[in-house]
Amino acid sequence: MKSRIFVTLKPGVLDPQGKAIHHALDGLGFAGVESVRQGKLIEIEHDAAVTDEQLDGMCRRLLANTVIENYRIERG
Amino acid sequence: MRTAVIVFPGSNCDRDLAVALRDVTGTAPAMLWHRDTALPDGLDLVAVPGGFSYGDYLRSGAMAARSPIMRAVAEAADRGLPVLGVCNGFQVLTEAGLLPGALMRNAGLTYVCRSVRLGVGEARSPFTAGYRAGEEVTIPVGHMDGSYFADADTLDRLEGDGRVAFRYLEPVNGAARRIAGVVNERGNVLGMMPHPERAMGPEHGGGDGRRLFEGLLEAVN
Repeated sequence: MKSRIFVTLKPGVLDPQGKAIHHALDGLGFAGVESVRQGKLIEIEHDAAVTDEQLDGMCRRLLANTVIENYRIERG
Repeated sequence: MRTAVIVFPGSNCDRDLAVALRDVTGTAPAMLWHRDTALPDGLDLVAVPGGFSYGDYLRSGAMAARSPIMRAVAEAADRGLPVLGVCNGFQVLTEAGLLPGALMRNAGLTYVCRSVRLGVGEARSPFTAGYRAGEEVTIPVGHMDGSYFADADTLDRLEGDGRVAFRYLEPVNGAARRIAGVVNERGNVLGMMPHPERAMGPEHGGGDGRRLFEGLLEAVN
């Protein structure tokens, strides 16, 4: 099975890359964009024995830096 | 003074740091590979160098912080051994939880490589023993992910407890409260984005970095 981990910057953490993407979208003429935040998607193939708790541990111990990032697990 | 420099795949300031430490202490440091699991006995300093450890994969310093040698470094830091992290080394120390906060992409999204003016903080630490609090020094930076971030409470605590070791005196990377370097609660772990090993004397354009190592040597002796 495949689980998907979404890692996003916490609200309030500056995201200069998101801002640059926003400017680029403006430059391409896409109107109405109010803000852009960039994050990461990590896909993990694993067997059924991997528990939710283990997936959470992977996020806390490596995949996300909880000083600056939130994470959300979409179990496959 | 016995020192060691950690080398990760992708470190590129390890030799500069080794030359600086050899010059100041008179003894070549032990070079420790990331897969090593123990530090040599009788060390007075462990230095974590700049570079792009593990290609900056996932986040700068994230993979290096979980390498075998860093477990030994964390244990030694807990016992009070001085640990210095420069640039990528600072990123590694925050990722390893030895220092608070995180280093994020520079606000200007560009690699910044130049000498910068720094103010020395009031940190009570062997690492700032060679400076006067409030003094202005010039040390080069060279980084892409140097914008220090911590939540407001943490920043207040760092400032209140006098744990800011260096502060930029000019705009550099968007760092919160212009923080360039912080120490841990005990003062034996310093992380800083500027490179003291690149300011070792007139041939480098200045020797303000050398004073960090000289002050440490004096404090340790």
